[in-house]
Amino acid sequence: MLLRTSWRLVAAAAPAALWPRARAPTRGLRLRVVDHGPQSAVPSDAATAPEAESVLRPLYMDVQATTPLDPRVLDAMLPYLVNYYGNPHSRTHAYGWESEAAMERARQQVASLIGADPREIIFTSGATESNNIAIKELEAAIQPDTSLVSVMTVNNEIGVKQPIAEIGHICSSRKVYFHTDAAQAVGKIPLDVNDMKIDLMSISGHKIYGPKGVGAIYIRRRPRVRVEALQSGGGQERGMRSGTVPTPLVVGLGAACEVAQQEMEYDHKRISKLAERLTRKIMKSLPDVVMNGDPEHHYPGCINLSFAYVEGESLLMALKDVALSSGSACTSASLEPSYVLRAIGTDEDLAHSSIRFGIGRFTTEEEVDYTVEKCIYHVKRLREMSPLWEMVQDGIDLKSIKWTQH
Amino acid sequence: MAASSRAQVLDLYRTMLRESKHFSAYSYRSYAIRRIRDAFRENKNVKDPVQIQALVNKAKRDLGIIRRQVHIGQMYSTDKLIIENQEKPRT
Repeated sequence: MLLRTSWRLVAAAAPAALWPRARAPTRGLRLRVVDHGPQSAVPSDAATAPEAESVLRPLYMDVQATTPLDPRVLDAMLPYLVNYYGNPHSRTHAYGWESEAAMERARQQVASLIGADPREIIFTSGATESNNIAIKELEAAIQPDTSLVSVMTVNNEIGVKQPIAEIGHICSSRKVYFHTDAAQAVGKIPLDVNDMKIDLMSISGHKIYGPKGVGAIYIRRRPRVRVEALQSGGGQERGMRSGTVPTPLVVGLGAACEVAQQEMEYDHKRISKLAERLTRKIMKSLPDVVMNGDPEHHYPGCINLSFAYVEGESLLMALKDVALSSGSACTSASLEPSYVLRAIGTDEDLAHSSIRFGIGRFTTEEEVDYTVEKCIYHVKRLREMSPLWEMVQDGIDLKSIKWTQH
Repeated sequence: MAASSRAQVLDLYRTMLRESKHFSAYSYRSYAIRRIRDAFRENKNVKDPVQIQALVNKAKRDLGIIRRQVHIGQMYSTDKLIIENQEKPRT
């Protein structure tokens, strides 16, 4: 009895942060990294082997694949995952009303970021669904010569910015619908659907420090753009996308858009500086490095570099302390070189040597410096092992070699 | 409500920085400290009391966010990043 009371007193006194049992079990992939530095006090619930190795996580430099949640976004979402759990389409009680108010507030936040009217924003499960809705419009076209132009605003592999405003004006003058997949661009570069004459735009939550599983499609009202619904059901979202709108997720998307609008200039300045630092340091220390993509029309946070005479996958494996990608995540299962690099005319061997460095809102100078240092070290090491590099050093022109007998 | 004095603003600044140092995630910790410093520095010459009050109110809301998110982050914390052993000063 006495023991139980004293335990309860202790539990009441200790804040959650000091109470180890309150911590959720760690689910991260335990990276076995040999730590040559002084032993750090890494708090860990699971029993770690009594070796000199400590378990440390790699740096995250793959923001084009996905981004971490901004703490401000999670803070906005949590109330709707705890107490405000109503269905936003329930019209008869306070739970529904407060959920609907949150949904409409989020809609306004998304609209404000791209210069649209809230009535032109439909929530979806992500940019992929939005793209499908937009393309399906092509099949629903009434006139025989109506067509659709669809262009990515910022490419996710090489970071190139397309001349959206120019394309928009051409399409509008030819009475052709213009759709853009702005997943990598929203909240990072200024976008205005009216200035750029955009008719349809796809937005993704998890590319702008928002939650995964949510996105939006912007559909112009004046002049009206007709789209056909992909999924039918209860007629939610003006009949264009049936299904209960997930309030916690859309609140997160809205908060992410609002934060992005506030932080766009600050982030862009910082990311540009870090990108310049990364590229300059690598190019200064390594020869035969090519940056893929037009350097003038380029979003700084996505740097795609080809390291000649080094195989991209082996460089990625060597850089195990840094989370990177070569080519886009959506096609990473196949071994074919990126279609984007092929399209810009990159040689096949250089296309296989490309690595994409992603710099985002949370990337620090230390992370960039560490990544650069490891990259330079491993490229040099891999080149030392490469017979091709040896031949190049001896002055042989690789293009003149006949690799096959027949 | 009385207008925010210089002392109050400085106090808020120090409190925000102190709280931010408790973020267990390297990314959030470094961002919060950097952003708070840069935001206060950027607005240090604002003279209009109404604007100052609006900025102070927003900072107080952000302090609430930091406190809650630090707490949540500590409850769900995981292993440190590879560079956290090598660099001790948290920027």
